[in-house]
Amino acid sequence: MLSIGLGHYLTLAAIIFTIGVVGIFLNRKNVIVILMSIELILLAVNINLVAFSIFINDLSGQIFTLFILTVAAAEAAIGLAIIVVYFRNSDTIRVEEIKNLKG
Amino acid sequence: MIAHSVFFYIFSLIAIVSAVMVTVSKNTVHSVFFLILDFISISCLFIMIGAEFLGMIMLIVYVGAVAVLFLFVVMMLNVAEQKGQWFSSRWDGGTHIPVGLLVSLIIFFELIIVIGGWKYKPDLLNSLSLKISTEVTNTKSIGNVLYTDYILLFQISGMILLVAMIGAIVLTYRERAGVKRQSYVKQISRERSEGVDLVEAEKNKGVKIDA
Repeated sequence: MLSIGLGHYLTLAAIIFTIGVVGIFLNRKNVIVILMSIELILLAVNINLVAFSIFINDLSGQIFTLFILTVAAAEAAIGLAIIVVYFRNSDTIRVEEIKNLKG
Repeated sequence: MIAHSVFFYIFSLIAIVSAVMVTVSKNTVHSVFFLILDFISISCLFIMIGAEFLGMIMLIVYVGAVAVLFLFVVMMLNVAEQKGQWFSSRWDGGTHIPVGLLVSLIIFFELIIVIGGWKYKPDLLNSLSLKISTEVTNTKSIGNVLYTDYILLFQISGMILLVAMIGAIVLTYRERAGVKRQSYVKQISRERSEGVDLVEAEKNKGVKIDA
């Protein structure tokens, strides 16, 4: 319990990942919170990669975390741009009212 | 060692609580602030575990760029009128909340099972391709690898950022009507014949110039 091992980090990542998934499912406010939940999921993945990288003593995990960070930043920028365009066109970003795809 | 454990528990508790607050807080701006808190505590964990470079990059990229971008968009779009409504605002017989909770619980237990398997079989994988050396700093060892072995991936990620930038600009660009703009082609291709007009001026009458 007192010595922090790999399992602690993996459990933390699992909890944050699940919170992100729950956030995607439960959200009924606006799409921005869904994007933030996706960021949480990517954060959990990063925690996993870094923890494995440290505990296996292999640097590749940190390199891949760097690339995930890059892609996450690009994804956030594109997603927010899409949200801005959608808001400009239809004046709402509420999840319940975005029904163009009949989902 | 005890201090390390105590700090781990403090930071992870803050991270989990703020992650919950990101999803359930009523105001979107508060969600963004809790997201920032989450990133900061996770980067503290990274620095504690020995990945200083990633912790700092996390602070710069996520807190400095992504979270500020989120804040900009939240404040730019008019989402203020919905801030009193929670995700349980309208039930209308929707079944997606219990289904979502069920799926999330299943995902969580699957992850826990995987972690348990890893914990009870610690010699599961031991392939050391890039050993972390204790002599050079974390930043230097990452740089040594990133610009040699992973140079193609590095350049591809640069291309991804460029494409994302261009895409964001193209998506949000809009042509406004009635705005005077400079036309370089028209200015450069202007000839003397269409710019200058020679007029024969009569005495005591002057020249009438039609605009």
